[in-house]
Amino acid sequence: MGKDRLELLQGTLDLMVLRTLAGMGPLHGYGIARRIEQVSGEEVLLNQGTIYASLVRLQQRGWISAEWGVSENHRKAKFYAITCHGRKQLAQNTAYWRRLTDLMGRMLAFPSKGAEE
Amino acid sequence: MIDAFRRTWNRVLAMFRRDRLDTDLDAEIASHVEAATEENLRLGMGLEEARRRALVRFGSVSRAMEQHREARGLPALDVLGQDLRFTFRTLRRDSALASIVILVLALGVGANVAVFSVVNTILLRPLPFHNPNQLVWLATNGGKGGLSDQTYTVSAFEEFQRHNQSFQEVTSYQTFFNSIQYKLAGKSDPVPIVAVEVAENFFPLLGVEPPLGRLFTPDECRKGGRPAALLSYPFWKRQFGGDPSIVGRTVTINAAPADISGPVTVIGVLPASFDFGSVFSPGMQVDVFVPAYMDFWRTWGNTLAVIGRLKPGVALAQAQAEADILFPQLRAIHRQDWYSDYKSTLFGLQDRVSGKLRRSLYVLWCAVGLMLLIVCINVSNLLLARGMSRGKEFAMRTALGAGRGRLIRQLLTESLVLSGAGAMLGLAFAWAVTFYLARQNQMALPLLSTVRVDVAAFAWTMLTAIAAGVISGLLPAFKVSGSNLQESLKDGGPGMTHGRRHERLRSTLVVSEMALACVLLIGAGLLGRSFLRLLDVDLGFAPTRVAAIKIEVADGGSRERRGPMVQQILERVRAIPGIEAAGTTDMLPLDRNRSWGLVAKENVNDRQDHGTFVYVVSPGYLETMGMRLRRGRDISWHDRSDSECAIVINEVAARREWPGQDPIGRLAYGICKGEARVVGVISDVRESSLEEQASVQTYIPLTQADPEGAELVVRTRLPVAAVEPPVLSTLRSLNPGQPHTQFRAIQQIVDHAVSPRRFLMLLVTSFAAFGLVLASLGIYGVISYSVTRQSQEIGIRIALGASAARVQLGVVGQTLRLTLIGIGIGGAASFAVAKGIASLLFGTEPSDPLIFTAMMSLLGAVALLAGHIPARRASRIDPMAVLRGL
Repeated sequence: MGKDRLELLQGTLDLMVLRTLAGMGPLHGYGIARRIEQVSGEEVLLNQGTIYASLVRLQQRGWISAEWGVSENHRKAKFYAITCHGRKQLAQNTAYWRRLTDLMGRMLAFPSKGAEE
Repeated sequence: MIDAFRRTWNRVLAMFRRDRLDTDLDAEIASHVEAATEENLRLGMGLEEARRRALVRFGSVSRAMEQHREARGLPALDVLGQDLRFTFRTLRRDSALASIVILVLALGVGANVAVFSVVNTILLRPLPFHNPNQLVWLATNGGKGGLSDQTYTVSAFEEFQRHNQSFQEVTSYQTFFNSIQYKLAGKSDPVPIVAVEVAENFFPLLGVEPPLGRLFTPDECRKGGRPAALLSYPFWKRQFGGDPSIVGRTVTINAAPADISGPVTVIGVLPASFDFGSVFSPGMQVDVFVPAYMDFWRTWGNTLAVIGRLKPGVALAQAQAEADILFPQLRAIHRQDWYSDYKSTLFGLQDRVSGKLRRSLYVLWCAVGLMLLIVCINVSNLLLARGMSRGKEFAMRTALGAGRGRLIRQLLTESLVLSGAGAMLGLAFAWAVTFYLARQNQMALPLLSTVRVDVAAFAWTMLTAIAAGVISGLLPAFKVSGSNLQESLKDGGPGMTHGRRHERLRSTLVVSEMALACVLLIGAGLLGRSFLRLLDVDLGFAPTRVAAIKIEVADGGSRERRGPMVQQILERVRAIPGIEAAGTTDMLPLDRNRSWGLVAKENVNDRQDHGTFVYVVSPGYLETMGMRLRRGRDISWHDRSDSECAIVINEVAARREWPGQDPIGRLAYGICKGEARVVGVISDVRESSLEEQASVQTYIPLTQADPEGAELVVRTRLPVAAVEPPVLSTLRSLNPGQPHTQFRAIQQIVDHAVSPRRFLMLLVTSFAAFGLVLASLGIYGVISYSVTRQSQEIGIRIALGASAARVQLGVVGQTLRLTLIGIGIGGAASFAVAKGIASLLFGTEPSDPLIFTAMMSLLGAVALLAGHIPARRASRIDPMAVLRGL
């Protein structure tokens, strides 16, 4: 693993999982982890095992549901799907992140005095 | 919000389903790794490599599982579970210490909860009525003096009821209920009962609803209406076996003076929660309530106690302001027929019921709190000693990676478990104490019968338990967890510097324990001395071997017939073996009273207070009671209904009406129809309370005034129980209607009067005694530990020739130092505390040197005794054993 990969901020993984499920429909844990890696262009420093803590957290909040099923290659796997409530939360959190990144972008773009630039 | 709640709920659930969730996660991880392996295989890796890569990408499985558990469950609770399991294990190992700590805490918490229950019942909990804060007690004469001074006539009550604007309603009850003897006619002897006459709106105003039957109708409250009665719950249970069909039936009640007599319909039963006596007349059990016929009482003077319910939003001060204006206006209209201007003081009913006790109870509460503090310090000291002996265990745990916070949490868990166990035991103890107190109907404390451990007391238990656990556990926890890791791990006995530092802390704890115990002891000593002073008060009568029994004199209200009848009763009773003297009165001192006016003929035109307590007595009563005649003569059978009115007065009366003169032979107004001649003067008798000086008293022959009931008073040579049967059979042979009453020892009446002070004194004394024991245990523990720690040194000194006496002296000197510091601090604090309780003392100065010296010496002596045991042990250390051990 390269040193230049991104460490995930607290709570961002939850949002990524929600977004993935909203876009892809029901997925199992490995599928979600792969999808996040692909979208991030392998830039995220993610032990795939970490995803399960996030999944159980979201499930307890009632934002996603889980069910054992059979995967595309006929294996038993647990499938997660976003709930109605989860979609609402996703919309809210997305808006929040947009504002935050926007703000951070503007703050960091602000030219600093003196030596740095 | 809902999300957070759902999450918490799921987390709690997860705690209970951990095994299932773990297997589920295992399966999920397995399926994850397999899916990843398969994908790698598709990319063309070998099986081995594909699996290895899959596992690498997954990361640590155990870490993933741990994260999962943390996310889904309650990690704090997990840790708590571990701490608890560990605590139980270690406490089982130290079961002797644990039992002592739990027992000490149980006594501390139990006493606190019991006192809290009493304080809560009497002071904090609202009275058991509907909206009790709207209830107001009206009293004339500033609420001071005898009953007649504080009560109202029917006319004053009705006029105020009609004209006031502040109250929703005003009601009253007849306060001289004790003056009327009620008898319930039964199958055999008539049963004496206590009945109270109440106004029609009395129960509706208080918000008391009968669970059975109904309340009085207007017709039943009219003189000549259908006689009706309500039963109190305990009386219904006792007399009628709780039979609901009693409602609607008639019973026969005879009363004298006879405003009701004959068949009376029982119209209902009052709820068990309504205890008239506990609120309005502590220590009395009321059996039956009957309507007060206002037309009957109209001519009887001040007899009604008045209670009002304020309109919503009206403050007590507003009502007071209105009463200040209204009563003088009413007086102006009734210049002819009112005795006084009824200048009234309004009290909140709760204030009236418990106001006088507030200070005593708060003092009691503080005392028991001090005791709990001593308990906590003691437990803290024990835990500290235990923590030191576990130093290595903690060092080991630190070395294995336990943080300081974790150790503190562990130690706090231990002390909380101990205090929790102590609290549970204490709750049982408190329950037993309140159960006992609630059955003490001889005690003149209001509402005592309703004392119980309720939800509030339970909450208080929790609070004290947690406080005790934290207070006693925090110091040892910080101290022990903060000790030096290396030093503790190093082998070798108790490290010198380490031990000494601990010892200083423990000494500080013991000194503060001594100081607190000193404050408690001095407080208890002052209250105890006050109580003894109170018992030493010259009552003006001699209560020992004197007893009284209510009798019925069937004179039909005629003074001519009453004289000979009472004379006959007294002659027959005096003839009974064992009876030394006998007499009758209508009211006993310290029991109940009424007042009229007494004014010297010369003073008749001045407008000062001329009230006097009045007792209608037979010849020989004064002598029977042991009241001392100072001048003149007792009243005699020659003072007949047709002769000149003769009165005996007390010294206060003589001083007020005839200052500096001989009152014998003087004339006075206010007692009899015309003039009354003073024939004798007696020493003052404490008539309302032992703590207040006597007021003006007048004794008048029963042939010249109408008594309110009669008490036969006898002085006996034998125990009262032995003379009761012959006296009763004599009374019954003279009057078959004599109810089956019992003798009351006069001493019992005196005891009742001092019971609140006795209650306070006894409790504070027992708290102080417990504090003394704990403080001496504390000092014993510290000195004993110090001897153990220095046993090598002592052994060497003995080997070098130090005498046993010298070694003992050293240890005792150490004890003395701690004791003196503690007593010094405690003594200084006691000066301040004693000033605070000065108003509760009687005949005792707050800085009473005798009590201060005595209590400080007591504490010092007990502490030295506790220090003496380890001192002896030190002097017996075998130097050879020590030297061999080196």
